Amino acid sequence: MAMLEVRNVHTYYGNIHALKGISINVDEGEIVTLIGANGAGKSTTLNAICGLVKPRSGEIVLENEAIHRLPAHEVVSKGVAQSPEGRRIFGRLTVQENLEMGAFRRADAGAIQEDMRRVFDLFPRLEERRKQVGGTLSGGEQQMLAIGRAMMARPRLLLLDEPSMGLAPLLVEDIFRVVRQLNEQGTTILLVEQNALMAFSVAHRGYVLETGRVVLEGTVDELRENPEVQKAYLGG
Amino acid sequence: MEAEASRPKQSFNVGRWIRPLIGVVVLAFILWRFWNVLFVQQVYGPDTWMRFAISGIILGGVYAVIALGYTLVYGILFMINFAHGDVMMLGAFAGFFTLEALRGTGLLNQSIFWSILSVIIAFLVGMVAATVIAVVLERVAYRPLRGAPRLVPLISAIGASLFLENAAQLVFGAQRQTYSNPTIIERNVGWTFHIGEGDVLLTYTGVLTFVLSVLLMIGLALLVQRTKMGKAMRAVAEDKQTAALMGIDVDQVISTTFAISGALAGAAGVMWGLHMGIIYHFVGFLPGLKAFTAAVLGGIGNIPGAMMGGLTLGIFEALGPAVLGMPFQLKDVLAFSILVLVLIFRPTGLLGEVLSEKKA
Ligand SMILES: Nc1ncnc2c1ncn2[C@@H]1O[C@H](COP(=O)(O)OP(=O)(O)O)[C@@H](O)[C@H]1O
Ligand SMILES: [Mg+2]
Repeated sequence: MAMLEVRNVHTYYGNIHALKGISINVDEGEIVTLIGANGAGKSTTLNAICGLVKPRSGEIVLENEAIHRLPAHEVVSKGVAQSPEGRRIFGRLTVQENLEMGAFRRADAGAIQEDMRRVFDLFPRLEERRKQVGGTLSGGEQQMLAIGRAMMARPRLLLLDEPSMGLAPLLVEDIFRVVRQLNEQGTTILLVEQNALMAFSVAHRGYVLETGRVVLEGTVDELRENPEVQKAYLGG
Repeated sequence: MEAEASRPKQSFNVGRWIRPLIGVVVLAFILWRFWNVLFVQQVYGPDTWMRFAISGIILGGVYAVIALGYTLVYGILFMINFAHGDVMMLGAFAGFFTLEALRGTGLLNQSIFWSILSVIIAFLVGMVAATVIAVVLERVAYRPLRGAPRLVPLISAIGASLFLENAAQLVFGAQRQTYSNPTIIERNVGWTFHIGEGDVLLTYTGVLTFVLSVLLMIGLALLVQRTKMGKAMRAVAEDKQTAALMGIDVDQVISTTFAISGALAGAAGVMWGLHMGIIYHFVGFLPGLKAFTAAVLGGIGNIPGAMMGGLTLGIFEALGPAVLGMPFQLKDVLAFSILVLVLIFRPTGLLGEVLSEKKA
């Protein structure tokens, strides 16, 4: 029984047919990765799940409930949070306010405090900068904040869009260690990456997207062995 | 190709000449008039200057409160709500009818307690009415145009402004109405101070207006800085899509922003009525335009900027004609020259720069 099922979803930006029948499953407890070249439709897939992009046809089912007609702000309440591509930190809000926004739908003040504690334990740099506005953080710190902010929703399904983009290799390792840790603590993760090598090191299964279609899927081991994947994404 | 490339460069050079030229001319003019007024003619004594300053500060407070409404809406939707002055006018009318009704029942001046309560009720009714109108305005005139090119909601706003003015004329008539203040805050009555050669009057309505303006500004600052809704407003102002990802209902936040801007305009309308005394269907036009100027002066979209811009403009309007030795009828011309000057020299306003990087 899949936690998330994306079934044959088509989306359009005006006349641009961005997703041409995408189907993806994510089981509870998994890390699933979406890889693919720029413009393949990875971000659009995440945004369709979050309700920012409406499918013209197809459906998206989260734990037996169709969510593709819900407005984005209600999808969050269903237990889905996204750390978007390019981080999209609120540059004029402080680090703490950014985290509070992540918990916007929640009313349980005590638990919110606990979760903020958890984010700060995971990313001590954020605690040091708690009163600083987001715009003054370094790229790596902003990425930590984007992930921490998504965690503040206490999602059961966490969507990460290119968390390694533009980061130094050491920071990338840090971020991926956190991804693995979150997963071990029970969060299901759908991870979009251009860095297939890193993605395969943490994920269980993966999908390869090309121009709005799923062209390959399988366990990480299967994908690693696939000659086309090796040629196109692993530089071999 | 060659000609194409050189043309914009040429016009850029002309622009570079024009700005300092205008700057020098304006500055020289101001200094010359200033010198004349202060040292050559010595037209005004200290009491007169004091009177100008007081009226400017009071007016500035009202401008600031109205300007906040422009700036809040601009900060979130990047649109100028040109109907904002008319929302203020309708708030003024709501307060007017409330006071009329209370006077009719005899409660208005029954006791000090009832007089104070009447004024409070008038403010509440004015603010609630203006809030409702602002929210409906957004729903009907602006929301359907969300996502359209930026000029489109602007045109809709001008249409809404004309509609509200004409509807008010139709419903309330074209005649000027006199606000019935309770006797404890009669207009043009207050404390008198002896300064220099003359007496300076500090009116009760003026003090009330200024104190209320300051309270409203403090309240708004706290709301935007401290409350969950205020933080959501700032998040939506920065990035609507990401705000929605956080679970923020962007439409609701926009509605709330219009509600707050409406409440401020309603309060300003009642203050205007109590202090200035006369209202009519067109009464929101000039203060609206002035407050818009104030918001641009402070940097539109910037909350402290709107407060500062309002006070600056009010004081400038009151002192400007005297300082420059010009007839007082020219005060509006002076106020609007500020708009032109700001747009030429510092389009982002005095405190602005925040929004310039991502306007779309
Ligand atoms: N806001 C948008 N407006 C128009 N086209 C878009 C928009 N976002 C994405 N696209 C187009 O949709 C396709 C998929 O884009 P995207 O999902 O961002 O790909 P990826 O994340 O895999 O790089 C691309 O062709 C892209 O140009
Ligand atoms: Mg992408």
